[in-house]
Amino acid sequence: MSKAILFIEHAGGELRRASLECLGAALSAGLDVTAVVMGPGADAASEGLSASGASAVCHLTGADTWSPDRAAADLAALVKESGAAAFLAAATATGKDIAPRIAAHLDSTLFSDITTLDASGGSLQTRRPWLAGKVIATCESASEVFCATTRPNAFTPPEGGGSAEVTERAASADCKATVTCTSAKESGKLDVQEASVVVSGGRGMQEEEHFALIEGLADAFGGTAAVGASRAVVDAGWRPHSEQVGQTGKVVSPNLYIAVGISGAIQHLAGIRTSKTIVAINKDPDAPIFKVADFGIVGDAFEVLPALTEAVAKVQAEA
Amino acid sequence: MKIIACIKRVPATDAQAKIDASATSLDTSSLQYMTSFYDEIAVEEAVKTKESLGGEVTVLTLGPAAASKEVRECIAKGADAGVILTDDDWLSRDCRSTAKALAEKIGELGADLVFCGKVATDRDNAAVGPMLATYLGWACVTDACELEIDGTSGTAKRATEAGLESVSFSFPAVITCDKGLNEPRYAGLKGIMAAKKKPLDEAAPLAAESHAKVVSLETPAPRPEGKIIGEGAAAVDDLIQALRNEAKVL
Repeated sequence: MSKAILFIEHAGGELRRASLECLGAALSAGLDVTAVVMGPGADAASEGLSASGASAVCHLTGADTWSPDRAAADLAALVKESGAAAFLAAATATGKDIAPRIAAHLDSTLFSDITTLDASGGSLQTRRPWLAGKVIATCESASEVFCATTRPNAFTPPEGGGSAEVTERAASADCKATVTCTSAKESGKLDVQEASVVVSGGRGMQEEEHFALIEGLADAFGGTAAVGASRAVVDAGWRPHSEQVGQTGKVVSPNLYIAVGISGAIQHLAGIRTSKTIVAINKDPDAPIFKVADFGIVGDAFEVLPALTEAVAKVQAEA
Repeated sequence: MKIIACIKRVPATDAQAKIDASATSLDTSSLQYMTSFYDEIAVEEAVKTKESLGGEVTVLTLGPAAASKEVRECIAKGADAGVILTDDDWLSRDCRSTAKALAEKIGELGADLVFCGKVATDRDNAAVGPMLATYLGWACVTDACELEIDGTSGTAKRATEAGLESVSFSFPAVITCDKGLNEPRYAGLKGIMAAKKKPLDEAAPLAAESHAKVVSLETPAPRPEGKIIGEGAAAVDDLIQALRNEAKVL
């Protein structure tokens, strides 16, 4: 069985779902996994990981200050020493920051945001989106080490089991860049890529203030929904960049995507294609958004949104 | 200060994607190209840095000779020179072979700061910037949305799922640029005229085989045709029923 080194993220010891999905991807592909954790809370994280299905857990100690280049150098050294055939991390802000550096240390290519991982043909094969999902590429690596990051929500966390030994190892000392502080975002605000429901507004909302209606509908879902935006309204300064959905923003895959007053430019449609269900509300019955929406309502957002918000709140209250 | 902005020529984002007969590469016959969206932010940050701290900006790309169009457009925004690592087979290069070629050229040119876009909007790999920094042995901050620098070091902020990270680093460094870092300027007529006289060199890139083997490309199946539930607020009840009973997402 080929060995793999996985970088596993945790928040103060609590394992991140995206990292567990990455572990699930590796185990499903038949890889023999060594899970690596570091940072404050790594003791608790190691404990959780030892019964996760990984064969071994490695706790890199003395790395409480986060340095992406140090983490990358240490992980690459572990890959080399263990003779691992693969390195995997979740395609999170941190995973995507360090994985390319590890690939470069190993002089290997990298596949970011993979959505499948399959070893049935004898070598690892993966699929990943190009052009924000307008094209899906099936790829193999000719490098010594297969390096990839797994897209959140594309894989299933493992069922768990086993009792892997936890070993400790000291992190190296050399840091070229270090994180000096992290300012937490507004509490309770979900990221569009993490939320199971995304309610997005476009130019059809007419004014910045009218996004209160979009926020109202998102709130009605009871903490599971995030607010998204089209490029037009982000460029106009009505909404922050972090909310932009589309080819030059974020690609989202929620259970439910509600597009309000968004006509559906090709770049926006590329970013929402993998949503489970798409609802469109637009005044123009010929808007391209209706071509990809499962359900559409032709109408004025200012009339439909309050009614929909009330109806969703009622459903949530019954649940 | 020596500053380099790396850019990539990519298919225009409003283009439909078509796959050629080999099923392993894009049909480029009718493609329009542009400078990748985030690379424009990199060029702007390079020019802004020159304006505040002095120095010169070189725009660097790896691509076909025709990428001179995009490089000139970037020079017109205030850069001083351009270099194209000319490779007719540029589309088959992977992140590793591109990063190695760029790192070699940057090592030769010398630089205090290198700016890249956080991701190119064609392969969406977000890898070349941090990879070339690693090949050079330099500091790197990815996805910078705020940046403060003096002549030898700096602090950048980057958005994560948890909040904003502040990262301190020393030069030389590679910074990959996210939206919010700046608002790219438009090239004025004066800049466009001036850019025609700025040096634009072509050089052969380091040969490095692509390790990313494309087995096949496909366009995703179109979403099944949806339906219009109705008009106005009166359609809301039917929509809720559809979401509960058909889609089962409520």
